[in-house]
Amino acid sequence: MAIVVVPALLRKLTNGAERVTVAGRNVGQVIDDLERQFPGFRDQLLQGVELKPSIAVSIDGEMGTGGLLDRVKETSEVFFIPAIGGGR
Amino acid sequence: MAASTNGKTFKVIGTRPIRHDGLEKVTGRAKYGADYSLPDMLHGKMLRSPYAHARIKSIKIDKALALPGVKAIITGADLPTLPDEMATGGEGPVNLAHLSENLLARDKVLYDGHAVAAVAATNAHIAEEAVRLIEVDYEVLPPVMTVEDAMKPGAAILNPKLRNKEEGDKETNIASHLQFKRGEVDEGFKSADYVIEREFKTAMVHQGYIEPHNGVAIFGSDGHSTIWCSTQGSFAVRALSAAVAGVPESNIKVVPAEIGGGFGGKLTVYLEPIALFLSKKTGKPVKMIMSRGDVLKATGPTSGSTIRCKIGCTKDGKLVAAKIWMAYEAGAYPGSPVGAGAMTIIAPYNIPHMIIDAYDVLVNRPKTAAYRAPGATNAAMASETIIDELADKCGIDPIQFRLLNAAQEGTAQTAGPPYKKIGYVETLEALKNSPHYKSKLEGPNRGRGIATGFWFNIGMNSSAIVHLNGDGTASVVIGSVDVGGTRAAQAMVTAEVLGIRAEDVRPLVADTDSIGYNDVTGGSRTAVTTGAAVFAAAEDAVRQLKERAAKLWEKKPEEIAYADGVLTTAGDPSKKLTIKEMAKQFARTGGPITGRGSVNLRTVGPSFAATCVDVEVDPDTAKVKILRATCVQDVGKALHPSYVEGQMQGGTAQGIGWALNEEYVYDDRGNLRNFGLLDYRMPTCLDLPELETVIVEVPAPGHPIGSRGVGEVSIVSPPAAVANAIAHATGIRMVVLPMSPPRLMKAMHNKRNGTETQAAAAGR
Repeated sequence: MAIVVVPALLRKLTNGAERVTVAGRNVGQVIDDLERQFPGFRDQLLQGVELKPSIAVSIDGEMGTGGLLDRVKETSEVFFIPAIGGGR
Repeated sequence: MAASTNGKTFKVIGTRPIRHDGLEKVTGRAKYGADYSLPDMLHGKMLRSPYAHARIKSIKIDKALALPGVKAIITGADLPTLPDEMATGGEGPVNLAHLSENLLARDKVLYDGHAVAAVAATNAHIAEEAVRLIEVDYEVLPPVMTVEDAMKPGAAILNPKLRNKEEGDKETNIASHLQFKRGEVDEGFKSADYVIEREFKTAMVHQGYIEPHNGVAIFGSDGHSTIWCSTQGSFAVRALSAAVAGVPESNIKVVPAEIGGGFGGKLTVYLEPIALFLSKKTGKPVKMIMSRGDVLKATGPTSGSTIRCKIGCTKDGKLVAAKIWMAYEAGAYPGSPVGAGAMTIIAPYNIPHMIIDAYDVLVNRPKTAAYRAPGATNAAMASETIIDELADKCGIDPIQFRLLNAAQEGTAQTAGPPYKKIGYVETLEALKNSPHYKSKLEGPNRGRGIATGFWFNIGMNSSAIVHLNGDGTASVVIGSVDVGGTRAAQAMVTAEVLGIRAEDVRPLVADTDSIGYNDVTGGSRTAVTTGAAVFAAAEDAVRQLKERAAKLWEKKPEEIAYADGVLTTAGDPSKKLTIKEMAKQFARTGGPITGRGSVNLRTVGPSFAATCVDVEVDPDTAKVKILRATCVQDVGKALHPSYVEGQMQGGTAQGIGWALNEEYVYDDRGNLRNFGLLDYRMPTCLDLPELETVIVEVPAPGHPIGSRGVGEVSIVSPPAAVANAIAHATGIRMVVLPMSPPRLMKAMHNKRNGTETQAAAAGR
């Protein structure tokens, strides 16, 4: 089971837990399982059927592509973080 | 000077060929946006609000329309209503409704300079006269100009739809709140021997590109349109213009002109969709160019900010806890870079306990846009000042103090994920060993300061094509706009892979119909990500070269080797073809060779930089003279060291301007008072010494060359370095940017009179 590190302001959904265990082989399935265990996650992370453009996903230190199909392994550590642009 | 840890060897990368577009640039032949003209072209001008906050009661255009030569006038009512939701745009997430309302106000104007109407006329003078004839009836509302005022209960509300769900679903000017938390902060501070806490304020500043925004648009009668403009992202202009106009992206072609500076400010659109609408309405091409006043009043500055920063350490210099509150001015619509500020403010350090609360706050100022490492410079001004003070308290050299606490591979970043290989320690060591830091600074009223900075860099999407020519040369086609040597760098990557000279590769920046999708030239991504796409395209061409040689020699492709532009096969020295000789065989072995590369780069190496500054403070005028400044930066691998050094110098110069002079000055009514470059004071070459650079090369993991982004991080640390230098010269800790002579003079006066407080030190 993968580990999701819960953003500080969303820990109210997990009774304060910082790290939760989730099932899923991709980001979409991980969010589905988060929603099943802790209702309210989907609204925080998705816009329609896509990841919110303001959210980025880090899986084992790699940034995601922005899609829900990015692979998550049994041993993965998943972070949902604000998306960053840039200015140069 | 280079300090390299890169084990790879290159023949072209790392050299300094003359830039391919140099001749056109220095002879004035290069075409910038304003150089484009079409037959029968109209000229567009905007009517802008004189009020910072007002309700639009009515707009009368009859008199203006009656003026001979006026062909069309549009207002916000002419633009489609777009969904109030986030979409992927130029610089990342974009709210399309806000974007459209920023282009032309609907029911309210939200800042001095907010566009209200647009006119197309047969020449610019008639368009300007027509703008003066448009009558707008406003109900003036109280302006909200600072984050403190905007966050007060009872503050005038900019956007009634914005609700604060953390406090009972009330109207609010707080667009968002982020929090990052690790460990137990209160417990952490209990173990601290020294704790420094200060409040910092940084002014809203502009990117200061010399070329104003411009664009020419023609709406084709077949529905296919073309836009020529100055932009950092032709595909972003295409996407955003299509969204605003309600047409398919594929119906718009964007041709990027040469760009006279952007620094993040040209990642979005201000004129292009309006010119397109005017063209649609008139059936003629329309050209629009901003004045300097328009640029300063109505295009993306970066946020001013208020940051309360508290950091503690043990007496032997170990950082133990940080508590930070930060609020950034978003401008009229949500979207300040406060999230990036929060994630960079203590990014260089390993601090076990921390909490950061970050607020994005609406104020009656222009909608902010990206500016070189957006949000990080404000943040570093706060944290790097306090780090300097803590080092002083501990009696530890400021570089050594940072080395004691330096983030390294495996250290958790603010948002949680661990760093991969980073070069912060190497950057600090290079600064420690630099000629500047080793030199002595002597004389009265002088001080030296250092500071460091972090920036993520981004990857995203790029496409490239490499064509092999019949004479053994190549051309490389990219869709990334060239803002600082992009063509030269990509030609060098192509040459490196093909084993030919950089001069034998012609680089071309293509329009949006002629190349696959490319994200913006921003986020320090172009040399890295487009470089990876070009690398892949060139490798694809090499793969095809091998297949052709295999066909000629009746071998398998895997039996063919390619090095230094020569095809060979093991065990048969008679089989040898240079790329030039092979090129003559293209037709009979399968036709022309074109290599393709497309990447969505997920692993990007973040960057660290350090600044060392020597200053002299005039005791009578409080003018700060920069005596010497050095930027040290980890770039992974420099493709063209001269252009890397140019980026380092450019960021340092802008950072010094931010430190000492640049600020938006608004009056009590919310009107901008310094909307020209005489009053908005950017540094010139007369204000700065030769800026020294030290390139550090810690290869980025996962990149074919090892490059990291280079365009942004150099701006992050200069303001804090200058503040620390001023502190060492005067004994005064400045906590407000800019540290201009009036502000510093007041602080010096207060110190002399023994009335120094933190606020007094700030000159408030």
